[in-house]
Amino acid sequence: MDARFDYLLRLGDDALILGQQLGLWTGHGPALEEDIALTNIGLDQIGQARAWLTLAGRIEGQGRDEDRLAYFRDQAEFRNALLCERPNGHFGDTIVRQFLFDTYAVGLHEGLSRSSDPEIAAIARKSAKESAYHLRHSRAWMVRLGDGTEESHAKVQQSLDDLLPYVGDLFHSDEATQNAAVEGWGVDPAELREGWEARFNEMLDESGLTCPESVPEQTGGRVGRHTEQLSFLLAEMQVLPRTYPDAQW
Amino acid sequence: MEMDLLQRFEAYIASDKKIEPKDWMPDAYRKTLIRQISQHAHSEIVGMLPEGNWISRAPSLKRKAILMAKVQDEAGHGLYLYSACETLGVQRDDTIADLHSGKAKYSSIFNYPTLNWADIGAIGWLVDGAAIMNQVPLCKCSYGPYARAMVRVCKEESFHQRQGFQIMMTMAGGTEDQKAMAQDALNRWWWPSLMMFGPPDDDSPNSAQSMAWNIKRFSNDELREKFVDLTVPQADLLGLTIPDPDLKWNEETGHYEFGEIDWSEFKRVVSGHGPCNKERIETRRTAWDNGEWVRDAANAHAEKRAARRAAADTAAA
Ligand SMILES: [Fe+2]
Ligand SMILES: [Fe+2]
Repeated sequence: MDARFDYLLRLGDDALILGQQLGLWTGHGPALEEDIALTNIGLDQIGQARAWLTLAGRIEGQGRDEDRLAYFRDQAEFRNALLCERPNGHFGDTIVRQFLFDTYAVGLHEGLSRSSDPEIAAIARKSAKESAYHLRHSRAWMVRLGDGTEESHAKVQQSLDDLLPYVGDLFHSDEATQNAAVEGWGVDPAELREGWEARFNEMLDESGLTCPESVPEQTGGRVGRHTEQLSFLLAEMQVLPRTYPDAQW
Repeated sequence: MEMDLLQRFEAYIASDKKIEPKDWMPDAYRKTLIRQISQHAHSEIVGMLPEGNWISRAPSLKRKAILMAKVQDEAGHGLYLYSACETLGVQRDDTIADLHSGKAKYSSIFNYPTLNWADIGAIGWLVDGAAIMNQVPLCKCSYGPYARAMVRVCKEESFHQRQGFQIMMTMAGGTEDQKAMAQDALNRWWWPSLMMFGPPDDDSPNSAQSMAWNIKRFSNDELREKFVDLTVPQADLLGLTIPDPDLKWNEETGHYEFGEIDWSEFKRVVSGHGPCNKERIETRRTAWDNGEWVRDAANAHAEKRAARRAAADTAAA
């Protein structure tokens, strides 16, 4: 099989799972403006997921489109990083999850926009603009919550401590990603870590939040080994097409 | 003096000029507008919930994206309207507090549940359709900020109506299960949609004054009739049956005649006893309460930052 298929699933599934979760905030945000912002980011993620999955399906050549891939795969076939499937929790949890992802995504999209594959490069260029905006948003909230009140500081510090173990999974590197980099159509996530850390540390400086000395890592998303949360998330997302497989929507 | 002001106000109304926030206006006019605009704003916000209910289960990624964009528009409508309300001297947080305490009302259509995916189609088609009917005349209402907010809102509402009708088309033309869902949705949303135009004219105490002030341009019954005339042929096109055995075309009047609306149900829902009244308000209140620490943090950070800047400026000077 074309190595790009699995690589593109990783990109598409990250965006899809995040978009699915952000959509749950619509109507429940802490203020109207934030309701709108979180939905906006969720919409961008769904848009990116559609683009990556459509391309993945085309490259696979088995006639699977974005919906076939989104709605008719089981949890073990999903390739999203574990971070993306961590539950929404409270606003601080969602913001930290998004920030940790955005700091990775800006580097990823920037790198992929130089892909030798013009279709990958085109999607990445559009995504890069979006992830830059997402990062501005999540970063601003990291600072507000970290610097704001004692309560917000404690809460968001806890969110950070809870989610940091899932960061390593984003940088999962294997033969496929290394080949992608060598062949020039993809980026090896391992190469993105340095840039991520620079952006992350900048945020720490400004927000007054701290990062523990050593963080034990949870990994497995890229090879389909997920947390318990994912199958619930998929059950909800996939319910209609699975219940009525003959229907068009 | 007061007399001159009142005369000027009435002359403005008579010549169809817009009243602006700084203009003098009678107290009752201001109060009527505050009530109506805030109710309208609350309806946009509470209205996000029944549809938001299906975002996570939208049956295709395209539908999911469209629905998210649609519900997000409603949040935007809420924002414009709360701002229009603020021009009349009431703060958004206070207006929202009135919603949470049950003092303020919102459109009672949103107290009905969304039970299957076709409900998302039916809401766009019927509820946004009825909203357009109500709101287009408001684009010309006498209060400038409200009229201008409505112009922006109406542009987006027609997209809402179209995406709803499109869902209904797909469902009604789909599998047997989908057809059944579409008919079921129409059965449940039809009558509440007709109630969206408010009580019949002979039982609508505030209407005459609102018409005189050019806040309202058409009566409740006129708008309801217009809506039925427009919607019945659309249902025919979908191949769905409107749940009203008395519905028939009247050649002479050129309008549809329709059955008796159950106003006792309307009153029951308005007074808080619809299927989802408690749930909707509870959900809004929970979102607000859960967001308090976030809003506090944002305020605290803004203050600290301003203080740090001021300190830096002093040090530099
Ligand atoms: Fe609206
Ligand atoms: Fe709408």
